[in-house]
Amino acid sequence: MRKNSRLPNLHNLGIHLRILLIVNLLMAMAAILLSKQLGEFITLLAELSTLVQPVLLLSMLGLYVLYPLLNRLSYWQGIVAIILLEIAFTVFVFIFVNHFFALESSTEAYRVCLLAAIVTAIVLYYFYLQERAYSPAIAEARLQALQARIRPHFLFNSINAVLSLIRSQPKRAETALEDMADLFRVLMSENRDLVQLAQEISLCHQYLDLEKLRLEERLKITWQIKDMPSDAMIPPLILQPLLENAVYHGIEPMAEGGEIIVKIYTKHKELHIVISNPYALQNNHQTGNKMALKNIKERLKLHFDLESSLKTEIKNNRYEIHIRIPFGT
Amino acid sequence: MSQLNILIADDEIPARNRMRDLLNDIDGIAIVAEAKNGKEAIDLAQTARPDVMLLDIRMPLMDGIEAAQHAQKLEPKPHIIFTTAFDAYAIKAFDLNAIDYLLKPIRLERLLTAINKARALKPLQIEALKPLHKMRSHLSIHERGRILLVPIETIIYLRAELKYITVRTAEREYLIEESLTQLETEFGERFVRLHRNCLAAPQFIAGYEKRLNQDNEQQWFALLKNIPEAIAISRRQQHLIRET
Repeated sequence: MRKNSRLPNLHNLGIHLRILLIVNLLMAMAAILLSKQLGEFITLLAELSTLVQPVLLLSMLGLYVLYPLLNRLSYWQGIVAIILLEIAFTVFVFIFVNHFFALESSTEAYRVCLLAAIVTAIVLYYFYLQERAYSPAIAEARLQALQARIRPHFLFNSINAVLSLIRSQPKRAETALEDMADLFRVLMSENRDLVQLAQEISLCHQYLDLEKLRLEERLKITWQIKDMPSDAMIPPLILQPLLENAVYHGIEPMAEGGEIIVKIYTKHKELHIVISNPYALQNNHQTGNKMALKNIKERLKLHFDLESSLKTEIKNNRYEIHIRIPFGT
Repeated sequence: MSQLNILIADDEIPARNRMRDLLNDIDGIAIVAEAKNGKEAIDLAQTARPDVMLLDIRMPLMDGIEAAQHAQKLEPKPHIIFTTAFDAYAIKAFDLNAIDYLLKPIRLERLLTAINKARALKPLQIEALKPLHKMRSHLSIHERGRILLVPIETIIYLRAELKYITVRTAEREYLIEESLTQLETEFGERFVRLHRNCLAAPQFIAGYEKRLNQDNEQQWFALLKNIPEAIAISRRQQHLIRET
């Protein structure tokens, strides 16, 4: 059965199991609220069950059968129809139980109807939230939100550096502004498809040229990428934010600067990217670093699920990030 | 109007160039020193005697916030203006405490206004700056009209003596007027308390030895690298010996 409306798929066993669980939990809650001791709780639970379980059974069957019809309605019509159906089922069971068992604590019908409507609304709202959390549109939006981040620190310092060049070295200022435009075009692009590794590397070069403008000889970078497969596909902006981190945490706090080493190679049909920078002991900016790393980890997960990994370690006074990405040949 | 002397501190050469360009466009201003970190700024300020210090916040070795704190010991006290490209946390504190700052890239008009209204920091403002960094990188010591900056990592121990605290490095001793409890809170990561009146840096402790103290009782002492003296360990702190 194709699922047209945003209603929960009532032909799915998992959905029915969840309904069972939620309604029974709510029933248990009601019993806890109404009872004062354990004994009372158990009798109350049993009493409530005589009414609730038949309603549940009936509605699961009814909804299963009626699902094709419900599915033709709009979302809101469907919601209203389900709530009305549930009230009908409840009234039916209520009259039936009252007729045959003549319960002592019998109550008025409208109270039961109201309860049925509320419980149905709660269950439907749960499914609405669940669908939102897993919808592809949300995942897409999350990917986009995760991607478009650059440190304001870098932006404003770079503009400041370019300004300093305009009077004395207009040519260099031009190149720097061009690099900045390219960098921001990629940063702001809507495209979240995988890109060629070579493309990401050239972006990193432009980024590092801008940082060299500010940091000059303090920033040294070594590329060990001879064995790199230029045509490997990676998520965009995986490397650049990591280099930005390396500069911010590993180079800027050092008076003498330091060296960033980028190593890229393939092994066992996997692409390995290793970035390391000097590790400053008295580093007060750990939180920002974790944010960026978490961001990249999440993006890798959204793209490759469990086939990729990101690990960090500190060895020989250097901070190292190791990324593993599947690489099909 | 007399000339206004200005010191610039920024670790980035282009940022200093830009600041110099802007200041050169203003009349009655002289750049008396340029520093590439907070420590250099304090060192240079002693002879250059600036009226205004323009301090970048994020600098290696010593940041601008700490430099401003040490600068309070300078005579005459310079006016402080912070500069930053982006530091949300610091900016919030500056706004709350009416501390002067400029956002990079800096505009000439803003720079002009800031310099004209620049004031020395008040004690309350200095207090407000303290939480902006975890711990100072240096202790500043006022000695015969000069400020000496002692890097925290060279300090072997800090010992309270009546009104003062003795700061011991491999080379010599200095005296500062601070409280040992406050120093312990600020530098708790770097020092351990060996005795009611003494904090020592664990990496300078060479070993432990039982000796006779002044009262002719057996007591544990910590032996220190690079210096001959040993520090008595109080009974309450003896667990440190077992932990090493």
